[in-house]
Amino acid sequence: MDWINALVQGMLLGGLYALFAAGLSLIFGVMRLVNIAHGDLIILAAYLGLSTTVLLGLHPFLALLIVMPLMAGIGYVLQRGILNQTLGPDILPPLLVTFGLSVIIQNALLETYTADPRKLPGGVIETASVDVGGITMGVLPLLTFAIAIAVIAGLQFIFYRTSLGRGFRAVSDNQDIAQLMGLNKAHVFGVAMALALAVVAVAGILLGMRTSFDPAIGGGRLIFGFEAVIIGGLGNLWGTLAGGIILGVAQTLGAKIDPGFQLLAGHIAFLVVLAVRPNGLFPRVEH
Amino acid sequence: MSTVTRSTRASRIAMIGGGLLLLVLAAAPYWAGRADMRLMSEIYLYLSLATLWNLMAGYAGLVSVGQQAYVGFGGYMLFALTIFGGVHPVVAVLLGGVLAALLSIPIATLAFRLKGAYFAIGTWVIAEVFRLSFAQIQALGGGSGSSLPVAIVKEIGAKKAVREANSYWLALGAAVIIIAAVYAFLRSRRGLALTAIRDSETAASGLGIDIWRTKLEVYVVTSAFTAIIGGLIFLQKLRISPDAAFSVNDWTAFVIFIVVIGGIGTLEGPIIGTLLFFLLREVLADFGTTYLLVLGFVAIVVMLKAPKGVWGLIRERYDLELFPLSYRVRTKD
Repeated sequence: MDWINALVQGMLLGGLYALFAAGLSLIFGVMRLVNIAHGDLIILAAYLGLSTTVLLGLHPFLALLIVMPLMAGIGYVLQRGILNQTLGPDILPPLLVTFGLSVIIQNALLETYTADPRKLPGGVIETASVDVGGITMGVLPLLTFAIAIAVIAGLQFIFYRTSLGRGFRAVSDNQDIAQLMGLNKAHVFGVAMALALAVVAVAGILLGMRTSFDPAIGGGRLIFGFEAVIIGGLGNLWGTLAGGIILGVAQTLGAKIDPGFQLLAGHIAFLVVLAVRPNGLFPRVEH
Repeated sequence: MSTVTRSTRASRIAMIGGGLLLLVLAAAPYWAGRADMRLMSEIYLYLSLATLWNLMAGYAGLVSVGQQAYVGFGGYMLFALTIFGGVHPVVAVLLGGVLAALLSIPIATLAFRLKGAYFAIGTWVIAEVFRLSFAQIQALGGGSGSSLPVAIVKEIGAKKAVREANSYWLALGAAVIIIAAVYAFLRSRRGLALTAIRDSETAASGLGIDIWRTKLEVYVVTSAFTAIIGGLIFLQKLRISPDAAFSVNDWTAFVIFIVVIGGIGTLEGPIIGTLLFFLLREVLADFGTTYLLVLGFVAIVVMLKAPKGVWGLIRERYDLELFPLSYRVRTKD
């Protein structure tokens, strides 16, 4: 029973990792950009949530109404102001610029909020739980999982059913021809980053309610998101959910064996997938 | 008549000047203070890390953010081999390099499956595996780490002054050997292949260069030397812990900034970058984390406005090359 419990908790944890991964997967799909600062942006969102809840006395979920547009705005400006200039055949500039960005965000957060661990006050929802067949599930993890599914379904819808998504797919396939067809790729990339950071905002708030956070943990979140993307298969949004779940389950099962194995087990699961299925478990079929 | 040559007047002057400077630096234990020597040792070790990372990222296109795996591994091997193996520290440092080379082969076969930026993050994951694994080894102090026993420290030199001079010379020697080795490698036939890969992978493979193997060789050699430098770093620190040994900030972020600011893909770049980095650090030392903010900002500006770094700007303006790698045609009337 303990093991089944760990399995279920791991799956729910996977929802959070899928949210970390969805933004990464989206921007990679649209502009082949890997954002090293992704994890630090998640932590930035958590801190913005903290400031909003403290200053306005809002519940973290309501703070999302402010943090989401804010993060989306940051994303658009960041993309058009800096990141668009780095895109090209050479992979080094985007990598190094986002790496620089990561260090800047981390240290700016450290200066503003100090290194003390903080947490978002979730109220009753933090401790509420439901009992299903002898397994107790926290309401917050359940909600996180449901939100992850909703976010991925939403992104999937935008990608394949809207004109915005058509723009995303067009620039993803061929930037120059998309440009010839009247799409402004600089703007499309900006919107894609805005959307990705709106998802990051959701991930940051949920992370902040679940555990305590400090400015230094962004790198770790980037790694979890990245592992979920690779396990699930590049370019497959639903795959990131599967990847997140596998990672979450590996971690909770690892922790069950020995608390020191929690993170190690997740990394090992990732490396095993990489060794056995280098393209991930559910790679997008190339047409 | 025209001849093809590599050396220029600037490069010959640089060689002589560099040789003289080296003599002065080698004599530092006779003229420098203790704090200065420590700072200079740190500069040499960072210079070595930067030169190695530059070879890997700037020439072989392997942009790793996980070289802290080998820095920490080298450090831990120094502790493990001296404490449990009874080996002399210098031998332990060298053995650490050999072990790192062996270890880097299976790691490369795994990490090379990831391309570009995914390779970067993949190497970071591997470094995390190293950190978490060493944190599990209770004999080496687990998560809190351990100190090098006094008896082992004394093997470097019985007296403090001798010890400090010896570890200074080790650091200087390592930097000189690494820069010379990278220079010699780049001038060799294989270095030419590597430069071809840097310029165009497609064209290089069309000329019959085995890209995967060339990259693997660079990765293995770089990792081995990085582990040796790691051993020397912790021989200076005398204390090791998983967080310090496998720190992504200390051993990778700084190194990347050094190379980018100095000029990636050149031998001169890491040297200039290291000097600028330490200048910045010493000037902004009183402002705490601000200097990291400044560093990140400078790196972004350099990458956007002058992607070839400070040395790239100088080279463009004056056509200067201190380490003669490219060929020049000289016409005689």
